[in-house]
Amino acid sequence: MLNNEKIKKVSIVVSKGSLEGIYPALIMANGARMQGIEANLFFTFFGMDAITKKKMGNIKVATVGNPAMGIPTLIGAIPGMSYFATRMMKKQMEELDIPPIPEFIEMIDDAGGKIYACLASVDMFKLKKEDFCDQLEKILTVGEFYDISAGGQIIFT
Amino acid sequence: MEKVIAGYSVDVTEEGYLTNKGQWNKEIAEAIAKEIGIDELTEGHWKVIEFIQKDLAKTEKMPTIRRVKNAGGIETKELYRLFPEGPLLKATKIAGLSKPVSCV
Repeated sequence: MLNNEKIKKVSIVVSKGSLEGIYPALIMANGARMQGIEANLFFTFFGMDAITKKKMGNIKVATVGNPAMGIPTLIGAIPGMSYFATRMMKKQMEELDIPPIPEFIEMIDDAGGKIYACLASVDMFKLKKEDFCDQLEKILTVGEFYDISAGGQIIFT
Repeated sequence: MEKVIAGYSVDVTEEGYLTNKGQWNKEIAEAIAKEIGIDELTEGHWKVIEFIQKDLAKTEKMPTIRRVKNAGGIETKELYRLFPEGPLLKATKIAGLSKPVSCV
């Protein structure tokens, strides 16, 4: 493959359920579509919160165990800290026209990006297809994920 | 650099975006559209182009896809249907504007 060959397809694995774990993947998937690149999102483990009806509207920033926040862990653990930090970050994002997660998922789907959930995680968390947002294309095995990703780049977040 | 589009000599960037929007006209728009794979500019295309031009003039900020939907009333699916493979990149180029620099 030539080094400067254009990327034609990306498949992004989302394994974390925090705000800062989910957004970069969504921005990258949406950005790919904006550039004419095919995009697949594969949600696994707690990353599935981003596409679960009950949880997708309530994703929070991790204020504990996150040294970059600049908040001491004990302070970060105080009830309400995560809520406060999340609210601040959401406000910043709204100013940049970055949508809330449910709207972002809808936008990526409208843009032709595909949303998948990981079968092993779905079974482990005892979820059903109905628990996911309408944009969910399919629940996939890892093997199927690799099939879908063939010929493209895989990014794990 | 200079380029002749639809018989007009215009200033463009290396990627083909007009650098002086005063040089833009509808014939140029149609010629750029053809060059990037859109054979005909329909009413739907013009609605997008005009919204982006007006919104940029009003807010001094290039609208995002989200804004095209919320303020321009053009559904994202429709936007991608009209301008496949990079809707904002294509629409701004046809509209004679600079390349968008936003990540969303």
